[in-house]
Parts: sequence; C-alpha cells; structure tokens
Amino acid sequence: MPTKVEKDAITGTETTGHEWDGIKELNTPLPRWWLYVLYATIAWSLVYYVLYPTIPGSKGLLGYSQRVELSENLARAKARQAGNLKRVAATPMAEIRGDPELLNFVLTGGRAAFADNCAPCHAPGGAGRPEYPVLADDDWLWGGGLEQIQHTILYGVRNGHEEARFGEMPAFGADGLLEADQIEAVADHVLALSEGGAADGVGAEIYAENCAACHGASGEGGRDFGAPRLSDQIWLYGGKRSDVLAQIRRPRHGVMPSWTGRLDETTIKMLTIYVHALGGGE
Amino acid sequence: MRHLESLEQMADTVQVEDALSVEAQKRQPLYAGRVEVYPKDVSGRFRRIKWAALVGLLAIYYIVPWLRWDRGAEAPDQAVLVDMAHERLYFFFIEIWPQEVYYLAGLLILAAVGLFLVTSIAGRVWCGYSCPQTVWTDLFMWVERLIEGDRNARIKLDKSAPSLDKAARKTLKHALWLVIAAATGGAWIMYFNDAPTVVRAIFTGQASPTVYFFAGLFTATTYLLAGWAREQVCTYMCPWPRIQAAMLDEDSLVVTYEKWRGEPRGKHKKGQSWDDRGDCVDCNMCVAVCPTGIDIRDGNQLECIGCALCIDACNSVMERVGRPANLITYDTERNQQNRALGQPSSYQLARPRTVIYSLLFLVVAGVMLWSLIFRPTFDINVLHERSPLFVTLSDGDIRNGYTIKLLNQTRAARAFVLSLDGPPAATMQVVGQPGDAHEAVVLNARADSVATFRVYVTLPKGEMPGDTVPINFVLRDEARGEESVYQASFRGPAR
Repeated sequence: MPTKVEKDAITGTETTGHEWDGIKELNTPLPRWWLYVLYATIAWSLVYYVLYPTIPGSKGLLGYSQRVELSENLARAKARQAGNLKRVAATPMAEIRGDPELLNFVLTGGRAAFADNCAPCHAPGGAGRPEYPVLADDDWLWGGGLEQIQHTILYGVRNGHEEARFGEMPAFGADGLLEADQIEAVADHVLALSEGGAADGVGAEIYAENCAACHGASGEGGRDFGAPRLSDQIWLYGGKRSDVLAQIRRPRHGVMPSWTGRLDETTIKMLTIYVHALGGGE
Repeated sequence: MRHLESLEQMADTVQVEDALSVEAQKRQPLYAGRVEVYPKDVSGRFRRIKWAALVGLLAIYYIVPWLRWDRGAEAPDQAVLVDMAHERLYFFFIEIWPQEVYYLAGLLILAAVGLFLVTSIAGRVWCGYSCPQTVWTDLFMWVERLIEGDRNARIKLDKSAPSLDKAARKTLKHALWLVIAAATGGAWIMYFNDAPTVVRAIFTGQASPTVYFFAGLFTATTYLLAGWAREQVCTYMCPWPRIQAAMLDEDSLVVTYEKWRGEPRGKHKKGQSWDDRGDCVDCNMCVAVCPTGIDIRDGNQLECIGCALCIDACNSVMERVGRPANLITYDTERNQQNRALGQPSSYQLARPRTVIYSLLFLVVAGVMLWSLIFRPTFDINVLHERSPLFVTLSDGDIRNGYTIKLLNQTRAARAFVLSLDGPPAATMQVVGQPGDAHEAVVLNARADSVATFRVYVTLPKGEMPGDTVPINFVLRDEARGEESVYQASFRGPAR
C-alpha cells in the first residue's frame, strides 16, 4: 500500500508510480467493455467445461471424443477406398500397371503397407539393410517378376510354410565338406567372378564341383534355390574376402515370414506392385 | 544529474498527495465506462471529400467481385478471385500460384511503405478517409442520423424514457445496420467464390457451412465494430495510432488548431470588439462534430483520426462571426510556428523521410513489376529420393532416383525437353517412357497444371569422383526458347 498517491496535474489521472527517464506512467482506467470481455471469456470457459470432456472422468454434454472422431474418420477413409480396393482385387496386376489412376492408388496404398510391414527389415523405399536384400536394385534372389514377387510375399522365405521359398547352402567349413585351403581358393574364384574374370585352377574346379549346381557355372545365380548371383557387384552378406570366406564356412540364411493370413490378398497385391515399381521390377 | 533535473521538471506536472487524504476522497475507478459520442452532422469541403471517398471505396468493394475477365473455358471468369480450392489467386490478367505468394508479400510491403509516405506528408489521411473502420462507421452513423436525427435529437432520445417511438427507431436502426453488415460479410465471401454462384447458393440455402460461417462472422464483426465499438477500435484496438507518430515530423500536414490566434477563447456577442481576445468563440462545434469525441484545441492527440470534420465545422462558424477561416486547419507544425511569429510560410515536401519512403516505394514497385513482367511461365522442381539415396546395380553402376515436377503456368499444353547437365557418362531414364539411357527426353505437361515424373539417373561404375556429384536438370521449352535449370546432386557410396 503506497503511502503517497501521485496525480498527473494535466489529466488529473493517478500515476502508477512507475517512472522511465522522468516520464511517469498514468494509471488510466481500462474501458469497461474490456472488463466485460474478460467476464465473457470466463463464462465461455465454464460453458466449455460443461460441453467438453474437460474434467477427468466426465464425458461432457456433447460426448465429444477425439478417439471416436479418429475412428469415424478412419471408417470414412476406408469407405472411400472401398471402390478402388474392389477394382484392385478384380484387376490382374499387369492391367493395374497400365491404368495410371488405379496404379497411383495402388502405389500409395503399397507404400503405406510397406512402411508398416516391410520397412523394418528392408528399410523405407526398399533401400535394404545389411543381410536384408535391397528391393530397389535389379538383383533378385527369387525373381523380380510380378508373379514371383507376389509368391515371395505370400509365402515368405525359409519359414516352414510348405509353399515358402526354400534353399539352403551347405556349411562347407563347419561341416568339414571342404578343407580350409580349398575354401580360400573358391573364395578367390567367387571374388574373381564378381569382377568379370574367372580364375582357372583349383578354385574354379572346386567351384564347378560344389557350387555351380546352384549358383550357375559362371556365377549367374539360381533363382529356384534362391542362390545369389555371384557375377555381379551386389553382396547380401558383404563383398570383402573375409565376408565371402565366412559365408562359405558357415552360411547365414535369411528368413522372411509368410504374409498369407496376416495381410489380405488385395494388400499383398498392392505391395507386389509397389515393390516391383521400386526400381528393379522385371 | 540529469535524472535529478528531470525529477525537478516532473514536479511541475505531478502532484503528490497524501494517500490517506486521497482515500478519504473518492478513489479513481479501475474501469471507465464509455463516454458515448454523438457526432453532429457537418457540411463543408472535407465532408464532401469524405462522402466521395466513402461512395467510391464502398463501390469498389461491392462491385469488384462482379467484374468478369475471360480466361478461357478451363479457368474461372471472375476478375478478382482467391481460389483456395484450386490454389490460385486471380487479379485481372495476373494469375498467382501458391509458390508465388511473395507477390502478396510485396503488395503488403508496398501498402505499408505507401502508408508511411502518405502519413509523413499529410498525416492520418488513411485513418480519416479510407480505413474500413472509418468508412463503415461513417455509413452506420449516416443511417443512425437518418432514423434518430442529428446530435441533439439522439442525445434526447437516449435520455428519454422507453416509448414505442424509441423502440421503433432503435429497432429500425439496428435492422438496417444488420442488413448493411450482412451485405458486407456477403461481399467478402464473393472474393473467395464465384460471385453469382455463391450469392444464389446463399439465398437457396445450398452454400457450404464455411461460406455461411464466414459470411456470418464478417456480418457480426461489421455490425459490432461499425455500430457499437466505433472510435474505440481506433483508440484501444488499432496499433496504427501508436505507430503513426513515428512517421510525423514538424513538416507533416496535420489537423491543428491555431492556438496563437484562437486564444484566449471566449463567447462573443455580435458587435463586441475582437481586440485583446482570440478568434475562438468557444462554441464547441469542433467537439460536437468529432467522430472520436475529442477537443482538437488540446493539440494533436492519439485519438484524432485526422478526418478534418472539425475544420469544416469551425469554418462555418468563423464565416458567421466574420473572422478569417481555418482557425482549425491542415498545416505543418513548422508553419504554425512561423505564422505565430508573423514569419512567411514555408513548406518542405522533400525531407529525408519522404525521400526515403518514396525511393523505397519505387524500388519495391519496380522489383515487383520487373519480376511480374519477366516471370517464367513454367518451373521445374526436383526432389532427390532419400530412401534409398542411391542404389548399386548388379553391374556396379550407381543409380539415383528423382521426382521431377513440371509447373506449366500457361493455359496451353506444352512439351518440354528435359536434359542432364552433369558428368558426361550419366544417363537418364524416365519411368513409363520406353527405352532407357536417354540424354534428353520430351515431357508433356497439360495446361495450367503440375506434371510429375519419376526419373532415374545412372552413372557407370568408377565414374564417381567422390560420394557427391553436382548434377543439373535443364528444362527447355523449344517453342518459346525458355529454359529453367534445377541444381541437384547425385550421390554414391562413401569412399
């Protein structure tokens, strides 16, 4: 409580007592309507409290819920997609690719499904991760045609499903199928294959006897067994000599789940076309 | 020391009272009720200018949405239209796309600098004549005067006991205000929708909820601001009165009272001498006509919107009492001082601030005009794919993916040639176009649209000098000889 109250001589208005460079601030009264606006906002907040679920546990008079709104919006979006989804289900994949409007729908849906289900291993955009194949390149273990991609997604790889892709490379080192120096020689041959050359000699002979059945005589790969092409620049488990040696001694085998039953057929169709369009479809 | 001096100066203007004695008196209230302003009708030169401005500006506001402009079958034919749904802004022959919204920013800069310039030359003419708040308040006051009569009649009516006549007049006034407000809000909507269509839709109840909401919102704000809030908008809400003082100097024209010849003021009876007194007869006409209810004789003040109606009022009185006109006048502070001392008038239009504002205005206007005349009719945008950033192909080549957007801003379908300007070994493939390894591709873009293409660029193994190579996409319109270049980059594995 100030003991002194100052009044401006000209206007007769009290000052606030605040002073800047000798200028004193007048305590000019606020317009009354301004006060009423404040009351109105307080009254509105009470109305809002009653109408909306403001107090924990209460639903508010309007019964508004963001969760309900979200599920309604999702349902609406689903309903809007229904027509296109039906068309996707009824149209062969090759025809979808010729229909720009439907293709756009499929690629958008495929991207969403891919991000939800596939990207954890294959990375967004099919960029691949170490030991998980790149889907955007032109190299395919099990084939890059629409039907082949669809089969891989439907049944997966080495997961026990009877339709699953399956192929297993013997553990040449761990099971003692080849001697250590033989493994070294065949690794050199494999690395040479990748560079376009082929070394004559021990490595080539061992390769012809043990590897060519699956990987092909010149390393062109065997898609029936998921045997990677060795004559290219793409290495699933690494292209260093030590990587190749490790893979021959005790091969690692990737596993992919079967998506039958987890995703509906239309979604798998959309995924197939999306993966095919990532840049390497055949 | 300076502080002490200023405190001593303050002593002249601030009275210090004992708090208890003030407590004993009535304490100043925290809130003040509005002092109702009843502006009196006035006629004269500035009132005529104000009427002309009002009619002209309202005509522009209400008529412009109805002007048509032929843009062909594909585009709307409304001359001025903000088409939110299709992301276009039409202004007669100009069509603005969203990415060109800097033209709007430029326009706002022009408006601001223009306002500064005008204010530094002639004071608050914007506030007095052309601000929407002023124009609509003036219109509402005209309606009020028509129904409730002039100042004295209105004061009497407001003080009178409730009666049928009072109720009828008030109801009619508010009804007319609401009609004007609705027309104002409705016209605002027309700048964002095709005017004839939206008017029909509003009256047949088929307009969208958004249309009704905004029409209602602008109806309500017009009614409240022009009918009820009036001068309080200028005094309490608008920031401009507080800023504009910075634009003024002693050579700016402002509405001012010639204190040196008006004082000492006093009532004057016919036949009395004018010796030893000022010309001001203290008739209070200047206060009665003021739309913000102030006394201009107190000097230039924040509430004064510079409408000059007090000049008209005072001149009619000066004429009657036979004294020189313009006791309240448009004049500069410097000139007033000169005239008070009997020195010749001097006006100085060219001052640093007017020159700088003018130059700024011309530069911004020039840049905008230049860019508007020479703006390209197409554009290219390139999005480098980030996942995967690059792909190693089976033969060891590196491939990057790009999404290319062609903006064709003309009303005709066009063909562009896309070519690469980068490492000579780089080749390009457009998804959906037959063949691969192009050096240049023809891409078609429909009229007034954005065409999207996916493009792969491949660089043979060993051609990458580092992990990043700059690469330019060049888009040419062969027919017109126009070219647009986008600088992108090509990424490969780190070495």
